[in-house]
Amino acid sequence: MQPRSIEIIVGAFILAGILSVAILAVRVSGFNVGSDVSTYQVAARFENVGGLVVRSKVSISGVVVGRVVDISFDLETFTALVVMEIDAAVSQISTDTTAAILTDGLLGGKYIGLSLGAEEEFLVDGSEIYDTQSAIVLEELIGQFLLKQF
Amino acid sequence: MDDHVVLQDVVYSRGVRRIFNNVSLTIPRGKITAFMGPSGTGKTTLLRLIGGQIVPESGKLWVDGQEIPKLGRRELFEIRKSMGMLFQSGALFSDYSVFDNVAFPIRIHTDLTEQMIRDLVLLKLHSVGLRGAAGLFPGELSGGMNRRVALARAIALDPKIIMYDEPFAGLDPIAMGVIVSLIKTLNEAFGMTSIIVSHDISETAGIADLIYLISDGKVVGAGSPEDIYAEESPRVQQFINGMPDGPVPFHYPAADFEDELLQIAT
Amino acid sequence: MLSYLRGLGHQSLEAISTMGRAGRIWWFAIYRKPSLKNIPLVIDQIYRLGVMSVVITIMSGFSIGAVLALQGYNQLVRYGSESALGLGVALVLVMEIGPVVSALLFAGRAGSAATAEIGLMKATEQLSSMEMMGVDPLQRIISPRLWAGFIAMPILAALFSTVGIFGASLVGIEWLGVYEGAFWSVMQEGVDFSSHVAKGIVKSIVFGLIVTWIAVFEGYDCQPTSEGISAATTRTVVYSSVSILVLDFFLTLIMFNM
Repeated sequence: MQPRSIEIIVGAFILAGILSVAILAVRVSGFNVGSDVSTYQVAARFENVGGLVVRSKVSISGVVVGRVVDISFDLETFTALVVMEIDAAVSQISTDTTAAILTDGLLGGKYIGLSLGAEEEFLVDGSEIYDTQSAIVLEELIGQFLLKQF
Repeated sequence: MDDHVVLQDVVYSRGVRRIFNNVSLTIPRGKITAFMGPSGTGKTTLLRLIGGQIVPESGKLWVDGQEIPKLGRRELFEIRKSMGMLFQSGALFSDYSVFDNVAFPIRIHTDLTEQMIRDLVLLKLHSVGLRGAAGLFPGELSGGMNRRVALARAIALDPKIIMYDEPFAGLDPIAMGVIVSLIKTLNEAFGMTSIIVSHDISETAGIADLIYLISDGKVVGAGSPEDIYAEESPRVQQFINGMPDGPVPFHYPAADFEDELLQIAT
Repeated sequence: MLSYLRGLGHQSLEAISTMGRAGRIWWFAIYRKPSLKNIPLVIDQIYRLGVMSVVITIMSGFSIGAVLALQGYNQLVRYGSESALGLGVALVLVMEIGPVVSALLFAGRAGSAATAEIGLMKATEQLSSMEMMGVDPLQRIISPRLWAGFIAMPILAALFSTVGIFGASLVGIEWLGVYEGAFWSVMQEGVDFSSHVAKGIVKSIVFGLIVTWIAVFEGYDCQPTSEGISAATTRTVVYSSVSILVLDFFLTLIMFNM
């Protein structure tokens, strides 16, 4: 085969490879091309975060508005401290909003669901949500149920 | 008559076997020198030593006054420009055409334009009679033609030394005649020092100026073809006349025959 | 008993000296300033090793993706979680099956071909004649193949995974009735480029280097006879396959256990 046509085919091969990686990035992993979307950080403390992990989603009314970026143990209050990054466009979250750790479907991962409150003051970068609801732990639920029986 | 290649007390072993045991010899310039001897006595090894592919354990080796074993990569690269080698199997590159095979050393060692390379290649192919086959591939050629193309490739850079590793092996009489005449012509027309390694006594003796007989890692005979034929030592006589038994025994070492037979019977 | 120990010692020394020779090849072929003149050779090798493996990679990728979808669906539907099918298949392909299986196929097809090719060149004294003409066969024959393997393998792995996911989507959505929207959105939610896809790519690069190295070494080091070549080809496939699987374990341990 002529060297020319080999070069063209090899070029096409490499292009196909790059294209595949691009497909994997965008279509498969939902890579955010516009990762420079501006965000602001909000914190919340929970008794029990359950199976919540970093990168879990934060949603309002089922729509994803942000991600969990850090989970740590606060030695002062002996609770779990969760830091979220919220899309800057969603700027009118009232300060009395509730943050609850919910489960996605029956076997799905944990996520934070925000239920908006009625206050006219809104959360800004560095605020904290005080009204929180910890994850539902199955054993505690069963324990409560058993206690109620007696 | 000066010496083109000089070996002095060269020792080379492969594993425990001493292939060369303090061998000293000289190869005169512009002549056809032949190395003959029983199989496996390291004749190909000698060519590799001269070409610098392998290094002797001890002893010295000069080509044109340069000590080959001591040369660095760059110098070796340079000196190989002036050495051509014809391998037993031709060793043409199977995925290159005949033309590209002959052009290969030219492209590597020189900066000539494609036009000049084309002229050179056709010239070399013409001298071996295969100019018309320039577009073919090695797989499409016969054994003899393969070897001729390999020869054209070996002389592509007009080397001062040309080495032939078993050039006559496995060829039909016509092809053999072609190779013999080519070797002779190249030597006479270009004054190339030719080194032939071969088993073929009659063909080799027909063109060689000097013959070395190597056996058991030593030179057991040296001289012109007439001298060798007249040589009286039993080793030389056995080889020259192709006698099945002699210093190189017919029987592989074994126990006494009678004893072995009797053992089976009881 | 003593002779057994001696044999064992001899075997170990043999193995170590083989590794030494193999390492030497690596060193000479890569370190010794690969010249730009060799780029056409690299391109030629990418064609021979990579492009020629595309068909087998795509066919296998598609089949495996489809099978994963079928089997995955059967299990997930029991818990009502069939919308997670896309996610499961994508993760398995991108992190494990993609790099590993495409590397195994590569070893079998391209690796064995390279070994046979180089072994044949050795047996017909082509490598020797190249040396005598002052050309370093390590630079001209070995090095381009190493580079080509390094470049081609991740491309093949990416193709494998992509086609696999496509095959899974065809089976899952069209045939098994998983919601198209859920299939892709749950997948996109769960698959992260840097934690999953990129690590898979790293794996395939490592596999590419190992397989090509083994293939090239076995060819270069083989006995220059037809039995030698065939034994070397077999060794290439066997050693490559085992190395891929063992390395996969260690790579997974290092990369995914944080």
